[in-house]
Amino acid sequence: MATKTSAGFKAGVQDYRLTYYTPDYTPKDTDLLACFRMTPQPGVPAEECAAAVAAESSTGTWTTVWTDGLTDLDRYKGRCYEVEPVPGEDNQYFCFVAYPMDLFEEGSVTNILTSLVGNVFGFKALRALRLEDLRIPVALMKTFQGPPHGITVERDLLNKYGRPLLGCTIKPKLGLSAKNYGRAVYECLRGGLDFTKDDENINSQPFMRWRDRFLFVQEAIEKSQAETNEVKGHYLNVTAATCEDMMERAEFAKEIGTPIIMHDFLTGGFTANTTLAKWCRKNGLLLHIHRAMHAVIDRQRNHGIHFRVLAKCLRMSGGDHLHSGTVVGKLEGERDITLGFVDQMREDYVEEDRSRGNFFTQDWASMPGTMPVASGGIHVWHMPALVEIFGDDSCLQFGGGTLGHPWGNAPGATANRVALEACVQARNEGRSLAREGNDVIREACRWSPELAAACELWKEIKFEFDAVDTL
Amino acid sequence: MKTLPKERRYETLSYLPPLTDQQIAKQIDFMIDQGYIPGVEFEKDPAPKLHHWTLWKLPLFDARNAQDVLNEVRECRSEYSDCYIRVVGFDNIKQCQTVSFIVYKPTQNRY
Repeated sequence: MATKTSAGFKAGVQDYRLTYYTPDYTPKDTDLLACFRMTPQPGVPAEECAAAVAAESSTGTWTTVWTDGLTDLDRYKGRCYEVEPVPGEDNQYFCFVAYPMDLFEEGSVTNILTSLVGNVFGFKALRALRLEDLRIPVALMKTFQGPPHGITVERDLLNKYGRPLLGCTIKPKLGLSAKNYGRAVYECLRGGLDFTKDDENINSQPFMRWRDRFLFVQEAIEKSQAETNEVKGHYLNVTAATCEDMMERAEFAKEIGTPIIMHDFLTGGFTANTTLAKWCRKNGLLLHIHRAMHAVIDRQRNHGIHFRVLAKCLRMSGGDHLHSGTVVGKLEGERDITLGFVDQMREDYVEEDRSRGNFFTQDWASMPGTMPVASGGIHVWHMPALVEIFGDDSCLQFGGGTLGHPWGNAPGATANRVALEACVQARNEGRSLAREGNDVIREACRWSPELAAACELWKEIKFEFDAVDTL
Repeated sequence: MKTLPKERRYETLSYLPPLTDQQIAKQIDFMIDQGYIPGVEFEKDPAPKLHHWTLWKLPLFDARNAQDVLNEVRECRSEYSDCYIRVVGFDNIKQCQTVSFIVYKPTQNRY
């Protein structure tokens, strides 16, 4: 139903696919590419639905408007160039869309997400929609600063090479006084951890205001550093109610000479995160990134945003560390998918590989890497598996696995450090951690009473490393 | 239950018992297999944030096996027996240091 006016403008509603479904289009190197997993409402043809996704996430709206005639739609529209059914699923399709680079502001993750995962996710013709992957063109990538320092500079600053870093989140996560909190930090660090961490919930509550925490923690860092002769740090969480509060905390952290601060990038938001990342680079502080709220966004298979996209966005926005799961104990397939987005965090060039969930080849154009952080529910017996899976450029965080040691934090930290170094030594000597991991740990127990006590408390695990992936 | 004694450490592999020459050789072999360029550094009283220890000669660009590096460690140890010594490794593709581990401490402690 179109109404032609005397001026030649044809008002009305036309099918999206006439404009936005272009199967003959070959994406350009300068296009931003997106892969969506799309579930149309019953009765809506896949091509029309895919075209609607391309339209609503770029130049289109539901009806024709006369001002369309004042622009060159071919230059600015998003194009769905491929639709393929998802194997093994009814009525799900991978829909590939190419967006001209000019649709996006330089250096703004916020702007990319506002377009790509904005209105379109509430679109009526869709039952569900999930953003699976992005390909950022090199020219656009170069407008992002990325991690404040990156993995190699972090290692140089910390004097730590050839092994994963070791951390621990201080517990209980809420309710300790600043002084007691500082003591827990000191005990962990003096035992051999590189880092301790504020839990994400810790901001500045009545029981422990941020300034008091920062000062007691910094004293703990300095004392443990002097005693152990190793560089120590604690992720001081500067996430706050306003950007001004966040920056005030960051400035104070710098003033007292702490090496690393922390931000929650999803609850805090990408704009705040990018501001903080730029500030960190300028002021020489490392930035640890927590990911509270990610499961709300990435957990559903058919709707939301895959974590690989969030991880890519974070690397562009800026963060030196990012939580990325532990893999251990989960399904085989999830290991490959996790390693797929860990590649996106650390590597300079990642090839397309569907078995790892990477739908596009991504050139990171020399952007520094973000270190993956494996945290949660892990203990000394997991160490061989973690070293094998994540390799050296990772941060392994044992919360309960340190603080839950029967002799306390410092011996708990030593147990983890001994287990880590025994694994690194064994791996470098050519031993297989997958097959001999438990032996390596048991051998170290003979000369490390701290590790022996930890091994008695927690149970050995069976690590099926050799199982074949079937994705 | 034991209280952890206070001890000075020297980063990677310093929580293991002192490495034997054979163990050091295996670490160096691994490093050379990775294509890294080995080197030897020493320092009398290293502070935690001291990034540059003094380099023994130059990075050992021509080292083909662990023995070549171990010989340099021994020579360094006899000349600077009061210094800490570590073996380092450089990656000229990634253009950064990738390895550092302690191989000699003038005052041995618990381990």
